[in-house]
Amino acid sequence: MKTFASEPRMNPPETAAKTTSDVTSAETAHPTMIEVENLDFYYGQARALQEVSIRIPANKVTAFIGPSGCGKSTLLRCFNRMNDLVDVARIGAGAIKVHGVDINHPDVDVIALRRQVGMVFQKSNPFPKSIYENITYGLQIQGINDRRKLDEVVEKSLRGAALWDEVKDRLSASGMGLSGGQQQRLCIARAIAVEPSIILMDEPCSALDPIATSKVEELIQQLKGKYTIVIVTHNMQQAGRCSDETAFFYLGKLIEFSKTEKIFTNPAQKQTEDYITGRFG
Amino acid sequence: MSLFWEQQLADIREQLLMMSGLTERNLSLAMRALVERDDKLCDLVEAEDTTIDQLEIQIDEMVITYMATHGPIAKDCRLMLTASKISNNLERIADQATKIVRRARELNTEPLLKPLIDIPLMADIAQEMLRDSITAFVDGNNELAVEIIARDRSVDNINKQLARELTSYMIESPKTITRALNLMTISGAIERVADHATNIAEEVFYLNRGQDIRHDESMKHASSGGDPR
Repeated sequence: MKTFASEPRMNPPETAAKTTSDVTSAETAHPTMIEVENLDFYYGQARALQEVSIRIPANKVTAFIGPSGCGKSTLLRCFNRMNDLVDVARIGAGAIKVHGVDINHPDVDVIALRRQVGMVFQKSNPFPKSIYENITYGLQIQGINDRRKLDEVVEKSLRGAALWDEVKDRLSASGMGLSGGQQQRLCIARAIAVEPSIILMDEPCSALDPIATSKVEELIQQLKGKYTIVIVTHNMQQAGRCSDETAFFYLGKLIEFSKTEKIFTNPAQKQTEDYITGRFG
Repeated sequence: MSLFWEQQLADIREQLLMMSGLTERNLSLAMRALVERDDKLCDLVEAEDTTIDQLEIQIDEMVITYMATHGPIAKDCRLMLTASKISNNLERIADQATKIVRRARELNTEPLLKPLIDIPLMADIAQEMLRDSITAFVDGNNELAVEIIARDRSVDNINKQLARELTSYMIESPKTITRALNLMTISGAIERVADHATNIAEEVFYLNRGQDIRHDESMKHASSGGDPR
């Protein structure tokens, strides 16, 4: 059984996993990074996801959209097993594979999985530590304490998150003292410091002003060549601007999954059109 | 329940319909001015053209305001693009009506070169194409839109036939050159009206289906009422 315990950063598979289904795949020949098959997910008795099948392409930005309660954040949290932390949450049926590995298999090391599948939340949540320590925290708990190595990672991560120039002279200052947009980019820098292959973003810009939002969106574009990004957003324009593929969820079901330009210009499903044009939801 | 922004979309459509009504009327008046040799109608058509020009500007302002403030998506986005293009085509049709009356005024100073048969026939087809293209827009009727595109060929054919006939007049008698050239210009203007009506029909198809059929030769040969999809 393949586990994530000793995995280096996962690269996308060589071959494309092409599917004939319009719903599960956005008609792309890109390699699949995350594969969900007939997933049913429950909170207690309530079925939050119903027979969801989707293939998330590697090194692209995939947006999840849909009205509140449609299951998009639930699915996102399934990808790094964040739902394990919710007592009543359980998978009823189906499977989720990340890089071909069933992430819910008992042999899978959840910590290693989360190292591979980083997450950025709606509200920026820097640790109450210095900017430097925020970045190095993940490495230090892995036992990496070589100062030169840590310095390298801090600079690389902050540069990767387009934050280096703004904070390079105050790395010892508290991360909590940064602006909202800077804090969010610090969280992204912290996520990429451990070299994940996937970054999950749950409404990462909902608390940011337009300028900070623009910086994060620009960053997403820069990161997508290196990371597979899945973003949940209620902002239709943001989904349109940032993503390559878009999945629309409604009442726990995946209604439509297609290239973003298709979804936002000529969606196949009336429900999708009604939602993105603001006629319901 | 109608949302406030749906009312704004309805306002754009309504303005477009008003513009199309005035354009149809102006084109019809231009043809009457030609056939009835009425200079007063010519003046009226020229005066009305300014109103149509202003409506084009107003519609573009409404479209840009809606796009900037609402960020329309999918069909709403296509409606914005389509509204602007349809109003542009209507404005050009109105310009053709103005061109017709300017030539009609010159023709009115001399005896008729020949009975006006082909030009009114062409104008009837072109006017019907225009009327139907707006009907297709209002009703979301793609079949009608495709049918209009196919009709454009008949107008082209009459225009070519008339050009040949008028050329023979000019060869036979140089005294007819001015009148023949004026009639050729009018014929060409009507042919352009049919082209603009075709453009509107193509925009209507794009609006409803999200499929761009401009420059698709197969559409010009599509049978009446046929849907290419």
